[in-house]
Amino acid sequence: MLKQMEGSHAVAEAIALCRPEVICAYPITPQTHIVERLSELVQEGEIGNCQYINVESEFAALSVAIGASAAGARAYTATSSQGLLFMTEAVYNAAGLGLPIVMTIGNRAIGAPINIWNDHSDSMAMRDAGWIQLYAETNQDAIDLHIQAFRLAEQLSVPVMVCEDGFILTHAYERVDMPDRNQVQAYLPPFEPVQILDPEDPVTIGAMVGPEAFAEVRYLSHHKHLQAVEVIPELAAEFAKIFGRDSGGLIQPYRSEDAETVVVALGSVVGTIRDVVDELREDGVSIGAVKVISFRPFPMLALRGALANAKRVIVVEKAFADGLGGIAVGSVRMALRGLTTPIYTIIAGLGGRPITKAALLDAFGAAVRDEIDDPLFLDLNWNVIDTELARAKEKRRSGPIAENVLRDLGLVGGKPV
Amino acid sequence: MAQKIKFYQTGTLTVGNRLLDAENRSVQSTVDRSNSLTSGHRACQGCGEALGARYVVDTAMREADKKLLAVNATGCLEVFSTPYPESSWQVAWMHSLFGNAPAVATGVAAALRAKGRSEVRVLAQGGDGGTVDIGFGCLSGMFERNDDVLYVCYDNEAYMNTGVQRSGSTPATARTATTPTKGGSKGNVFGQGKNAPQIAMAHDIPYVATASVADLHDLENKVTKAMGMHGARYIHVNVPCPLGWGSQPCETVRLARLASETGLFPLFEAEDGIVTSVTKIRRRMPVEDYLRPQRRFAHLFKPKPDVEALAAIQAIADRNIRKYGLLD
Amino acid sequence: MIGRPAHSRSGADIFQVRIHGRGGQGVVTAAEILSVAAFLEGDHAQAFPSFGSERMGAPVIAFCRLDDKEIRLREPVMSPDALIVQDPTLLHQVDLFSGLDTRGYLLINTTRRYRDLGLGDYVTKFPPHHICTVAASEWAVEFIGKPLPNAAMLGAFAAITRRVKLDSVQEAIRQKFPGELGDKNAAAAGKAYNTIRTN
Repeated sequence: MLKQMEGSHAVAEAIALCRPEVICAYPITPQTHIVERLSELVQEGEIGNCQYINVESEFAALSVAIGASAAGARAYTATSSQGLLFMTEAVYNAAGLGLPIVMTIGNRAIGAPINIWNDHSDSMAMRDAGWIQLYAETNQDAIDLHIQAFRLAEQLSVPVMVCEDGFILTHAYERVDMPDRNQVQAYLPPFEPVQILDPEDPVTIGAMVGPEAFAEVRYLSHHKHLQAVEVIPELAAEFAKIFGRDSGGLIQPYRSEDAETVVVALGSVVGTIRDVVDELREDGVSIGAVKVISFRPFPMLALRGALANAKRVIVVEKAFADGLGGIAVGSVRMALRGLTTPIYTIIAGLGGRPITKAALLDAFGAAVRDEIDDPLFLDLNWNVIDTELARAKEKRRSGPIAENVLRDLGLVGGKPV
Repeated sequence: MAQKIKFYQTGTLTVGNRLLDAENRSVQSTVDRSNSLTSGHRACQGCGEALGARYVVDTAMREADKKLLAVNATGCLEVFSTPYPESSWQVAWMHSLFGNAPAVATGVAAALRAKGRSEVRVLAQGGDGGTVDIGFGCLSGMFERNDDVLYVCYDNEAYMNTGVQRSGSTPATARTATTPTKGGSKGNVFGQGKNAPQIAMAHDIPYVATASVADLHDLENKVTKAMGMHGARYIHVNVPCPLGWGSQPCETVRLARLASETGLFPLFEAEDGIVTSVTKIRRRMPVEDYLRPQRRFAHLFKPKPDVEALAAIQAIADRNIRKYGLLD
Repeated sequence: MIGRPAHSRSGADIFQVRIHGRGGQGVVTAAEILSVAAFLEGDHAQAFPSFGSERMGAPVIAFCRLDDKEIRLREPVMSPDALIVQDPTLLHQVDLFSGLDTRGYLLINTTRRYRDLGLGDYVTKFPPHHICTVAASEWAVEFIGKPLPNAAMLGAFAAITRRVKLDSVQEAIRQKFPGELGDKNAAAAGKAYNTIRTN
């Protein structure tokens, strides 16, 4: 059913269709609207006997989900930014225990400086925690990926994060095609756990494992991700059959098959990149894009195939490693190992900085001429940086950087004064 | 026709089952006890926690008609019971992290509620570090939501699993690896540490109790009572640790008894935030008798008695005795 | 999928709206309602806020894009086709008119004249039927009992841009505010629409 609605509410309704049995909620912007809407749906009896637990922290939110999942319930939670970091220990634990929890990440920057706006620093920090990570480009993607996420998680007994850009998607009203209950029911069977706390058949979950077996247990987790590389496209194909739309999968190419330059990106920025690709194509530039949907597991072979004929690759990402550059680009390089294709990184959209078509047109243009800085920090205000560097050089006690920069810009609270 | 027997008439405060009516005998003395924490685990000799946990879990199992799920915080109990590839647990048991056992238990209880399995009960366990320190946020959250979980804290008054470091439950003057007594310092300082049972009571949860491995009948009775209720319940059990306390393994039960008989570890029950019963001190003992056998307090006696510190500890005991009315 | 996709960007059909106001004036809600109105007419629409902290009285911006094709662009609206100013006290505080082409539309919630607002010269650059002042707060007080100007501004938007129908705006308002409140807001929108159409 076509609906015009807020992204968070669309995700909440999709989650409800997936019939979770335990939902744990803790507020953090920009994810909050999802759990707010879910609380209403539970109250209204839309999710059967689902238990909605208001917890005291994100660490507790995921811990409650861990307990619920181990006891055989389909468990869901959502978080963002600091919340994801606060639950880090439980994030690794859920994966280590092989519990098929689904968690939405409303992607948001990490402080300090505190910032509530979008980038991918949060989920990228958890990229190696053993969770599958799927990134949504649109709110339609977000709906569809959540439905596939439960299926994938439970089939492989591995937790899945569905990452959607905070505000840009979570707070955007746009058209979505909301699946109906019967379709989801047909696609997502009841949760059949591979391990369960059961008084009739008591097992020990979470035993201590020493050097004699730890590597094997960890390898088996790796193996699940290798399996996921096979299973994700299968689940997408099955999804298409039931829901009548292509959604999910490992990657999605856009006009990239014959392109000399291919842009790789994750999340909502892919939409803007599609527009930029079209404009450049109209100017005769041979350019395309590849959306990476599954970042973990990383689609090594699929991406290598999609990039094999490219003369150059540009990775646009919303997070970076200090002193090194991009994060996703490392995985892209791994996929292209042995090839000499130049790979450029554009770091953009940090802390909610708009990624404009104009800036991408310039940057891609420079890349096509192989004249781009690598990594390129898109739309960086060098005056501010130079001023602060000069100040720090001049004076030992130069003060807090964030405050200095805001003063230089004449900004207080994000508005000119 | 059996006469009414008091435990001290049996010559022991711990068992004495043979002289009791069948219905008054301990769960542990029955042949059909569940042996949930079965033998072969790797606890130290004289471990108070292993003793306490055995009584707690078997009693909970009986009260739940064996429909029990257990959640455990990281700590000695977890480590000594589940070294790969062995497990001592004959109960469905899970361990997640150090600081989240109460929240994991909440999740287990929520799953059971979602599935309509109200007959299955949930027990969570942790040491004092996992309970009063790192897990305290989750514990308070579980209390405040009144989730249907019995949480049992085995308090040995320091982080024993990591090599005896101070916790928020370590008593004043105790020497630990992080409150040393070298160079004239006096161990853990006065005026710190938290009273977890009192804080639990402040949540107005249905049931809070303190218990001791010196009175295992009482411990069993309290677990039985707690299992007869629903909502968040908390039992805080005093479990001496020979390794961390520097005591003889054979002294574990005696030290636990002295902790209560001096007034340092009062035994009481509270319902809905109000104290409903206390275990009276039968033979009041000076705190010195409790402190002297423990190497963690050795600096209070050598090279010469630290009169001031001993008086301050006695004052704590005296205050407890007044506060809880521990003497007739 | 080589060559031009079905939803090429070559057409200039996309219509971009930027709404300025203050926290508490329903700025974000206005953008959402406008997107629903367009959706009801079968269009694609994308509404989103400027993502600031939500505080009463603080300047707020919201955006809405309308198109007959899927909207993929995620940047803020920098070159609006229509600018809605819900609070005239913002006129000289923020860079309100940034990117507004003089072929575009300008709607200001005020009972004052452009000259009195210091916009006398600026508005002469626009086609006369592309600009209007709307007594939205006054009508809101009259119809709703509170100076919440967003519904009336959307009625005015429908009147001067003809990009959405009044009916759709009113239906979107009623969906957002079921019951009496929706009817009152819809009436305020209707009042603005009819006032502008008859002038």
